[in-house]
Amino acid sequence: MPNNKLTPIIGLEVHVELKTNSKMFCSCSADYFGKEPNGHTCPVCLGLPGALPVPNKKAIDWCIKIALSLNCKINEFSKFDRKNYFYPDLSKGYQISQFDLPFGYEGYIELASGKKIGITRVHMEEDTGKLSHQDINGQRASLIDFNRSGVPLVEIVTEPDFNDALEVKEYLQKLQQIVRYLDVSNADMDKGEMRLEPNISLSTDPKKLPNYKVEVKNINSFKFVEKAINYETKRQDEILAKGETPAQETRGWDENKQKTFSQRSKEDAHDYRYFPEPDIPPIVTTKEQISTLQKEVPELPDKKVKRFEKEFGLSFYDAEILTRDKPLANFFEEAVKEGQEQKLNPKDIANFIINKKTDTSTTTPLALVKQITASKQTVAVDEKELAKIIEEVITENEKAVTDYKAGKEASLMFLLGQVMKKLARKADTNLIKDTLKKRLSYSDK
Amino acid sequence: MNHKYLTITQALDGLKKKEFTSVELTQMYLKRIKAVEPKVKSFVTVTDEEAIKGAKEADAKRAHGNNAPLLGIPLSIKDNFSTDGIRTTASSKVLDEYVAPYDATVVTKLKDAGMVMLGKTNMDAFAHGSSTETSDYGSSRNPWNTDHLPGGSSGGAAASVAADEAVAAIGSETAGSIRQPASWCGVVGLKPTYGRVSRYGVIAMGSSLDSPGPITKTVEDSALLLQVLAGKDPRDATTSPTGVPDYLKNLKGDIHGLKIGISNDYFEGVDEEVKAQVEKELKVYEQLGAKIKKIKLFHPKYAIALYTILQRAEVSSNLARLDGIRYGNDRSYFGEEAKRRIMLGTYTLSAGYYDQFYNKALKVRTVIIEDFKKAFADVDVIIGPTSPTTSLPIGATENQSMFGELADVLVEPSSIAGLCGINVPCGFSDAGLPIGMQIIGPQFAEERILNVAYKYEQETVWHERRPSL
Repeated sequence: MPNNKLTPIIGLEVHVELKTNSKMFCSCSADYFGKEPNGHTCPVCLGLPGALPVPNKKAIDWCIKIALSLNCKINEFSKFDRKNYFYPDLSKGYQISQFDLPFGYEGYIELASGKKIGITRVHMEEDTGKLSHQDINGQRASLIDFNRSGVPLVEIVTEPDFNDALEVKEYLQKLQQIVRYLDVSNADMDKGEMRLEPNISLSTDPKKLPNYKVEVKNINSFKFVEKAINYETKRQDEILAKGETPAQETRGWDENKQKTFSQRSKEDAHDYRYFPEPDIPPIVTTKEQISTLQKEVPELPDKKVKRFEKEFGLSFYDAEILTRDKPLANFFEEAVKEGQEQKLNPKDIANFIINKKTDTSTTTPLALVKQITASKQTVAVDEKELAKIIEEVITENEKAVTDYKAGKEASLMFLLGQVMKKLARKADTNLIKDTLKKRLSYSDK
Repeated sequence: MNHKYLTITQALDGLKKKEFTSVELTQMYLKRIKAVEPKVKSFVTVTDEEAIKGAKEADAKRAHGNNAPLLGIPLSIKDNFSTDGIRTTASSKVLDEYVAPYDATVVTKLKDAGMVMLGKTNMDAFAHGSSTETSDYGSSRNPWNTDHLPGGSSGGAAASVAADEAVAAIGSETAGSIRQPASWCGVVGLKPTYGRVSRYGVIAMGSSLDSPGPITKTVEDSALLLQVLAGKDPRDATTSPTGVPDYLKNLKGDIHGLKIGISNDYFEGVDEEVKAQVEKELKVYEQLGAKIKKIKLFHPKYAIALYTILQRAEVSSNLARLDGIRYGNDRSYFGEEAKRRIMLGTYTLSAGYYDQFYNKALKVRTVIIEDFKKAFADVDVIIGPTSPTTSLPIGATENQSMFGELADVLVEPSSIAGLCGINVPCGFSDAGLPIGMQIIGPQFAEERILNVAYKYEQETVWHERRPSL
């Protein structure tokens, strides 16, 4: 941890891969994971001379939806730009991205604490190919697979508003939840569908940016990002303690060694020579189109939590768990609806789902309601009848009664079983148990 | 079949009347190529076998009643159009062994229309130039005087038409690359409005300017080819959905009352011979009932600066994909001109210079577009010389890194504004070299400029002269 005079200042860049059927600028399938290398390619995503990009409208709509969900303003006049740099996995020698007019800008995500993390921009770009270095017939070889080349990516950049790794983690969970709610990305970290790049520095004045920043590139797990931030905070703190300034650089996270390592210094920083992509006319999104997209945005987790609290009287704790993913939240609401006739309390449904860890993929809301109702068949048990049965059981099982009173808890369960057997129908076990316990606590027997 | 000078219209007529077959016609051109190519050097690649095969197919189709608009017509294609299975070099050794695995949309359209491809024509490497002297395969020659240049970058294309090595040719223009060589070679060259003809599959030079178009012997052929080429292409987001008119329908229409704009600045610094000839030929229009009106346009010299910045910037980015990994030859194979352009473009886009150069150029571009808009509120077309000079001798571009820009000074403003323009032959110099005149129209006014060009052509005999080879 940094010494108490220094505050970590952290900003975040997140790349989210959209799950559109086709790629960003051609009609090749965007489903590249685990596919035969270079099978999903064409002149456009291979960047062959003469080939031209045609933007994927759905991807743009989805990017705008993400921006809207992050409370962003939308640039009605937007455009694509070329980001020029050389790398063998970049088929055209430039990446089509967005520079000064991203689709979305100036948004925020609110953390549970009420702190708002500012979103600087939400923009659209294309993914690169993938390099792999292998031994082929005893020779080192570098292979390029362009299946991922041109897959739509949305980049979400925050302001340097985070002050610790936990805030970053919460933000990431919320962001992941939002894109999943929108159904625009699976945001599966293992498949690289969400990639994280924190910028970390330490400042004596939390309101002032220090004169350096360290970027940690391409982290593919929330846990690693947390570790990388904590590691960097400590590393930079030690450098600063010596009166030195950490180098402005790009670092990577080594999970094996549990540390970050230098990848590129400031001197090697690219000049991307951005300029407007001449192959794609500017994109105009009208107010009407924006409001249509806004209407298509579903109720997002934060709102849903509040509604569940208010409408169903759930605790924040329960509401938060039930809204973590949309199918679960929908399942719960369906179950509440199904349970109305039986006058099931939504809280009981919530408890049941949470405690029993109901697998919503193998059961239906109706089945769940039946299950809960069955377990609550208490109405039919007549108090007098129950009292009578309990008396019988106590009389017939003297030894167990004595054992229980001597402190043998298991005997209670035996007696309970006997009562249930005599009752011969489903009943609220808890109620019977309580009644039985109460009866046994009387001193007369 | 003995050599016979034919336009597309005449060749189609002969095919339809069964005076000759497409195979005979194609053989005639292949023979002609063999005969004059050593002098003219129009082609980088001649595709004899494919041509004969295509001609056979065309004949078979015609026998089955197929009536496609270019069925069996042998054409030459500039070597920056991707052609499936056929080497596409853009006249650069970097792409010496590059065989495109797909057809440019223009090529697809021509194939669908029944064309027979004779081969790929020489050009300035990557279209960088106005002479073909930057070609890594040697410069092409002007059929009117083989010690002279054909112009460029579509120099091979224009020469192939003037030397009658093809019925017509397909070229491309960024700023002058169709009109200027057409002017120097004495043929008709149409630069369509930017976005009228698809760029898909054309090896990019200046992406915001590149416009493929026809180079032909007559204006009618030009209209006929544009009809096949024009239209929205789902593979090129910059093509326009503007409807494509029937270019032949109004081709011969009356131009009585047509308002022609003339700007003095477009005659300034132009060779006396060229200037005098164009001015003289304007009288033909007056006789046809058109009105000549003096207009004021921005001086074309501003266009050079602006064009140089925009185009070099786009070039530096467009050529980045030829990274030495996938196309056989590495970047050391780039010629001097390409290297100069990459460096200049890279510089103007660099941090700290973008606003000073590229961004400023974009703003000036808007000013030029507005300037033309204002002009076209008063006149229907603008006419002027196409090139300040007639064809220059071989070697003229040596140590002249701005040669192309100076040769294209009169076509650059309209290219920057994305307008359409057409070169028509309008006379000859004392040395016997062709002089060209350009007719510029507003965006998507191809129908109008073709009509205006056609009327002039019908009144004059320049297009009937042939070079002796």
